[in-house]
Amino acid sequence: MPLPSYATPLERLWRRSYLVICGLIFLFLIAPILIVIPLSFNAEPYFTFTAKMLSFDPTGYSMRWYDLLLTFGMTAPDAARDSSWWADVWNNATWVRAAKNSIIIGFFSTILATVLGTLAALGLSRAEMPYRKTIMAILISPMIVPVIITATGLFFFYSNPCGVIAWAGVEPACFRLTGKYLGVVLAHATLGIPFVIITVTATLIGFDQSLIRASASLGASPSTTFFKVIMPLILPGVVSGALFAFVTSWDEVVMVIFLGAPDQQTLPRQMWNGIREQISPAILSVATILVIISILLLATVELLRRRSERLRGVAPQ
Amino acid sequence: MKKLLVLTTALTGVGFAAHADITVLSWGGAYETSQVEGYNKPFTAATSTNVIMTAADNPAAPIKAMVEAGNVTVDVADVEYADAIRLCDEGLLETIDASTLPAAPDGTAATDDFLPGALTDCAVASIVFSTVFAYDSSKIPEGPTKISDFFDLEKFPGKRGLRKGAKANLEMALMADGVAAADVYAMLETPEGIDRAFAKLDTIKAETVWWEAGAQPPQLLADGEVAMTTAYNGRIFAAATAEAKPFVTVWDGQVYEYDMFVIPKGAPNLEGAMEYVKFATSTPQLAEQAKWISYGPARKSSAPLIGLFNDGKTEMAPFMPTSEANLTNALPSSYEFWADRDSELNERFNAWLAAN
Amino acid sequence: MADVTAQGMTTGDGRLTTTDGRPLKLALAHAQSRNRRRAFLLVAPLLLFIVVTFVLPIGQMLHEAVYNDEFSTHVPELKAWFDANPAAEPDEAAYAALVADFRVAAQERTIGKIGTRLNYDYPGVLSLVKSTGRAVKGMEPPFKDALIAEDERWADPQLWSVMREASSAYTASFMLAAVDLARDKDGAITRAPEERQVYVKLFIRTFVLSGLITLICLILGFPVAHLLATLPMRWSNVLMILVLLPFWTSLLVRTTSWMVLLQGQGVVNNSLVALGLLTDDGRLPMINNQIGTVVAMTHVLLPFMILPLYSVMRPIPPSYVRAARSLGATSWTAFRRVYLPQTLPGIGAGALLVFILAVGYYITPALVGGASGQLISNLIAFHMQDSLNWSLGAALSAILLVLVLVLYWLYDRIVGIDNLKLG
Repeated sequence: MPLPSYATPLERLWRRSYLVICGLIFLFLIAPILIVIPLSFNAEPYFTFTAKMLSFDPTGYSMRWYDLLLTFGMTAPDAARDSSWWADVWNNATWVRAAKNSIIIGFFSTILATVLGTLAALGLSRAEMPYRKTIMAILISPMIVPVIITATGLFFFYSNPCGVIAWAGVEPACFRLTGKYLGVVLAHATLGIPFVIITVTATLIGFDQSLIRASASLGASPSTTFFKVIMPLILPGVVSGALFAFVTSWDEVVMVIFLGAPDQQTLPRQMWNGIREQISPAILSVATILVIISILLLATVELLRRRSERLRGVAPQ
Repeated sequence: MKKLLVLTTALTGVGFAAHADITVLSWGGAYETSQVEGYNKPFTAATSTNVIMTAADNPAAPIKAMVEAGNVTVDVADVEYADAIRLCDEGLLETIDASTLPAAPDGTAATDDFLPGALTDCAVASIVFSTVFAYDSSKIPEGPTKISDFFDLEKFPGKRGLRKGAKANLEMALMADGVAAADVYAMLETPEGIDRAFAKLDTIKAETVWWEAGAQPPQLLADGEVAMTTAYNGRIFAAATAEAKPFVTVWDGQVYEYDMFVIPKGAPNLEGAMEYVKFATSTPQLAEQAKWISYGPARKSSAPLIGLFNDGKTEMAPFMPTSEANLTNALPSSYEFWADRDSELNERFNAWLAAN
Repeated sequence: MADVTAQGMTTGDGRLTTTDGRPLKLALAHAQSRNRRRAFLLVAPLLLFIVVTFVLPIGQMLHEAVYNDEFSTHVPELKAWFDANPAAEPDEAAYAALVADFRVAAQERTIGKIGTRLNYDYPGVLSLVKSTGRAVKGMEPPFKDALIAEDERWADPQLWSVMREASSAYTASFMLAAVDLARDKDGAITRAPEERQVYVKLFIRTFVLSGLITLICLILGFPVAHLLATLPMRWSNVLMILVLLPFWTSLLVRTTSWMVLLQGQGVVNNSLVALGLLTDDGRLPMINNQIGTVVAMTHVLLPFMILPLYSVMRPIPPSYVRAARSLGATSWTAFRRVYLPQTLPGIGAGALLVFILAVGYYITPALVGGASGQLISNLIAFHMQDSLNWSLGAALSAILLVLVLVLYWLYDRIVGIDNLKLG
């Protein structure tokens, strides 16, 4: 918004300082994220810019911390870098294992959260839905309740999932879910669900319910209606909801600390260990990779959002 | 639906894969490295059982939580003496029959080969470690020499690093306050003695950075976050030797004790765990581990096998907690005292810490 | 759905019916309830999932806050004596029951559990219980004298009051302890001893720091949201990425960044020293204290303030402010009287959301907060993982949960959950 022509000089000055202030706040938001990128190429094991780095001396920079990400935890890191070396990396390197765990857990919890969340969002956006507000409040609450409380509750629950029934007087014991992939997946899905619901219901605002009736009256089965009519329209919302759910899992550490065994060590869990123990620039190189991934995810979500707005005709003014 | 079925199968498959592995819960950092090099790699080579290392600030706490909740996910844990006694008393550990441990190379039975007290019903000691304090000589050229210097903010200004917990801190505070090492525990048995220890800690409380994981103190020193810090002696040694940091260890007022291998009740791979404990505490392995960090082996027969650090030039002996020169004012940690008092003193410590 | 079409007929008495002759009103109600059922069926799987993986576990945990049978199950005889003798002074029979229970407990290695449970309410008793557990083996009657001779605390009415309370599995003592209260020897509720008063202080600190963080977020978020809302869409979309990127970046990455920036030898201190603003010895302590917690959490939560503000500010037509100006208002008056009131819903939404999220934070304070920057969640984690006083951890969780749910309810009343937006 440019200043109107009647603005006083004082107002012009204010406007300029206002822009400077905003610039500083943007710097506060973004600088901490970008600062880790150059530091991850530090040739020295420090967290500050060395004199060599500041003078852009190439010897001040190195890839050693990225190399460490591959070699740390390997059985034979010094062997020749042939196919068996890479197999060793794939199977044993601590960070690679953590990344694999993050992907496996993220993938399955995303699927679960997205399928259940999308169905529920479809139901919730119908006017006939009974107790709509209350149910919505319950389904969103995993996002609001502090994770530490949810994790604590799940810790007891997972130790003996059948124990809940013990209130009814019987005391059955059954398989436990702590230290299992399934347990972490369920926990992460729970945390991701509110995001799916919010994004999908947002897409369904302005969704014309008469399209469903039209499709039905033309003889389409409910499943045809769902896949041919509803899905294409809400797909952008579903995909961005899924991305939110994935990022929630990808970033989650408290649940993994409380419920996961060493087998389920994820990237954030490994970072948590690393930060508390030895914050070598290797952590910064992981951070850099994660920042790049989040930039990609953000770009995807933005594109989807714009596409969805265009499709639904709620184009930004 | 078919796809979903495939996915679920894949999911559970991942959950059950690779079960012959054993998981060892230890203290992380340089100590973990020494265990990987000294025990795990030879163990895997000999038995083709993979060893997964995992770390905790103090493995005793998760062990107790796991057994009580019926969620044991580790097979072997490395805990302090007092915690081993306490966990064993509470029925949370498997018993380990000392007579099944391998004999020394000269045929001496394990029960005679281990140092006195190193074998208990549920635990086998691997090393002797010590809580000492250290400083960076490039920052303080005329360094402290006495435990009382650690508490002297006038003579040596700057932040202090201390472990977030009562153990060793209370003893060091009393020794710094002029109590002779031999009288420390008698004094701590009395409420006045405990008050006195906390009062001494009060004098540096405002200047203290609290560490939890054993790998933090060398990092705090290296980052210049603290002027001096208490630490496990091996961590300072590793930073000073392997990373060439100018760290100096002050042995005056050190508190030393055993570290023990235990097997939690309900360990998923009990057989593998027993095998690992026997292997790791055998004479050559204890000696091998001591080449990586300056902790003394708990077997007499291992001592003569230790020579140089893995850099091939540093003599290990002067850096061991039990070497003669380091024992002039040293306190053996009392496991009887801490096995009984650990919870209540830590509770008091945390209340003290939270009160600003 | 075809049976509610307009092809209805009118019966003789003038009521509308459907083609198959049913009254239209009934048919409509029928269709309505079927639609409701359909809508509910879509939601049902998720509702069931959330109940099983979220609501029930939390309920189970809350139960843990008022239920602890570590003492009662291991001292059957003493429990029987307490049940048989309500409000009586302990006599020889009581001491004999205690000795009998301790003998069994020492053998079965449950003595530690007994002592640990009592120690929560009577500090220092754990070592007494353990040493007594070793001594009871060879003890001869009369047990009352023998136990008191062993340690005179066994005659303390306060200890007996604690044991009586602990002998029933359902107890309020953990909830009391979570708000720094305790019971005295007559069972009346009093303040806990001074050196044990921790939790109220921590709840207050959590609320004060969360409030401070919310305020800073508002002060920083308002101008940015305003700028984004008033710039042409093309520009604001570009700048919006600067807000969304932190939102999408891993919490641990951001916390690590702040450690790098704020530590003694960190980027900020080094820059200030290089610029000559600080001496080398005068580096600012910005990490491992409350400053670290506040700065890092403000950064983490700022997008949650900017986004709701933006979505409220964007539709405000600039013509209102222009109209106010043309009617003679100064720019400050126009802002204060015309613009600001219209942004209040956004301020409410953002502030409540940031506050709710801040109150439950765990990771960031644990990594950069030191001792003085710890919040109540860190203490809950401590009791769950280190001290293993699970009932107290659950009691603290229960209080925190109630506080958060009140805020959530407020949020729903003021903002409406439907208006929760992401990005």
